[in-house]
Amino acid sequence: MTRTRSLVLAAFGLILLTSPACAQQLVADLTDHLVAITTGFHGTAVTLFGAIEGGGDVVVVVRGPERETVVRRKSRNAGIWLNTRSVSFANAPGFYQVFATHPIEQVVPASLRQLNEIGVETLKLTPVGRFSHEEVPAFHAALIDSLQAEGLYGQGTGRVEMLGEKLFRATLAFPPNVPIGTYTVQIFLLRKGDMVAAQTTPLIISQTGLEADLNSFATDQAVLYGVVAVLAAVLAGWGATLLFRNV
Amino acid sequence: MEIYLPIAQVTQDVFVLLGIGLVMGFLSGMFGVGGGFLLTPLLIFIGIPEPVAVASSANQLVGASLSGVITHWRRGNVDFKMGIVLVTGGIVGSLVGVQLFSLLRRLGQIDLVISLSYVILLSTLGTMMMIESVGALVRANQPDAPLRRLHQHGWFHRLPLKMRFRRSKLYISALLPLSLGFGIGILSAILGIGGGFLVVPAMIYILGMPPSVVPGTSLFQTIFITASATILQAVTNQTVDLLLALVILVGGVVGVQYGARFGARMRGEYLRVMLAAIILAVGAKLLFDLTVPPGNVYSVLPRLE
Repeated sequence: MTRTRSLVLAAFGLILLTSPACAQQLVADLTDHLVAITTGFHGTAVTLFGAIEGGGDVVVVVRGPERETVVRRKSRNAGIWLNTRSVSFANAPGFYQVFATHPIEQVVPASLRQLNEIGVETLKLTPVGRFSHEEVPAFHAALIDSLQAEGLYGQGTGRVEMLGEKLFRATLAFPPNVPIGTYTVQIFLLRKGDMVAAQTTPLIISQTGLEADLNSFATDQAVLYGVVAVLAAVLAGWGATLLFRNV
Repeated sequence: MEIYLPIAQVTQDVFVLLGIGLVMGFLSGMFGVGGGFLLTPLLIFIGIPEPVAVASSANQLVGASLSGVITHWRRGNVDFKMGIVLVTGGIVGSLVGVQLFSLLRRLGQIDLVISLSYVILLSTLGTMMMIESVGALVRANQPDAPLRRLHQHGWFHRLPLKMRFRRSKLYISALLPLSLGFGIGILSAILGIGGGFLVVPAMIYILGMPPSVVPGTSLFQTIFITASATILQAVTNQTVDLLLALVILVGGVVGVQYGARFGARMRGEYLRVMLAAIILAVGAKLLFDLTVPPGNVYSVLPRLE
């Protein structure tokens, strides 16, 4: 469902960009479409830059890969705190951040924010499995709070800087705990409360080097990985004995 | 120097990990136990997710215990026949344990079960060791006190399937070491331990093995039980962080050499009192963490397949 939604949005953006009346009202790109997580990864930043024609406000929505997310609530039982209730949400993005030239409340009408899920409070999270309807809002809020605390969901609106009349730039920062996967960066151009142009560009965050190889090895060839892990430990243990034999 | 752990998906200071390995190795060399029961809680304290801590500890223990067995084997202190019987039970146990682990993880209770099992195991064992070793210290100061028998003959000595274990000078039912191995296998899968701290007392007090072959044989079965737990965890839960295990192992193999030499110069009773105190402290910390109201009653995690 969400994939279709982003496809529709992408198509929408494409139509806007290609239709002659609105030609080139909005052009944007990232300095990098691939972020590599390597040893000693401390988080990173990607610069989004672009140009608009005819003025207006630029709003940028960065969404991480969606995944089913479980929210659990602890309560005290016999003196011990344990997970008792849980609600799963089918499609929580692993990362969500909004950037704009002005606070989004001032430039995007509420209906457009709801429609395009602009702003963390507009995220449509679908509960799945067994749950009771009264509990969903509290768990929904807990999910947002928790991911905000981890720095994965933005608090408020990030800055899009205008450089003169036409050029704009935004620094998209990603924390060290950023989930790996395919991100979408949606750029909207608003003028007097109307959305006049939109564009979507992908961003891939992936592990590279030894870490990535290990991770894909561990998931793709789990049995072999297990055997290799044991052999590596055996070799290390045996090597150590040889090394210290005469010490 | 920080290092990104690919399976745990967290960044950790490599020197913290080496330090933990060094301390673990030192304790392991000094007391003759694998140290998994301390390693997993320590990894959890520094922020490694519980399931990854458990699986990677098991992986680390394969190397650490192999290193120990070679040393004991050179001195002829390994009962291989007993070890193989223990391992047979242990592999079946770890198969059951890993399934149990997956189930608990899906139910969202794995963290609780890991912590709670540790609290129960560590406090029971720590108290027993403390009483025993303090008692031994008191007796040592009263040389005329009567000696206790090494082990009593109980109902379990009348079980069928008797087997002769020459190296241990024992003629007992194979069901005993088999079920002991089975229990250790389950614990190894759920808690990431080799079970040395449970096997050693069980070998002495239940099986009645001579103390000289106990550490070597215990470490021998640890290799296989932790190896099978590692592979099963890798297949079922994909939580084995090889990089984490290897970094700790590097610290561990250095620590174990110094620990062994330091331990050789100390009296056994003092060592056991110290080990009991460490075990009790870790257990108390885990219990404290369970009873303190959490900062946030909600926890959010991606669903695992």
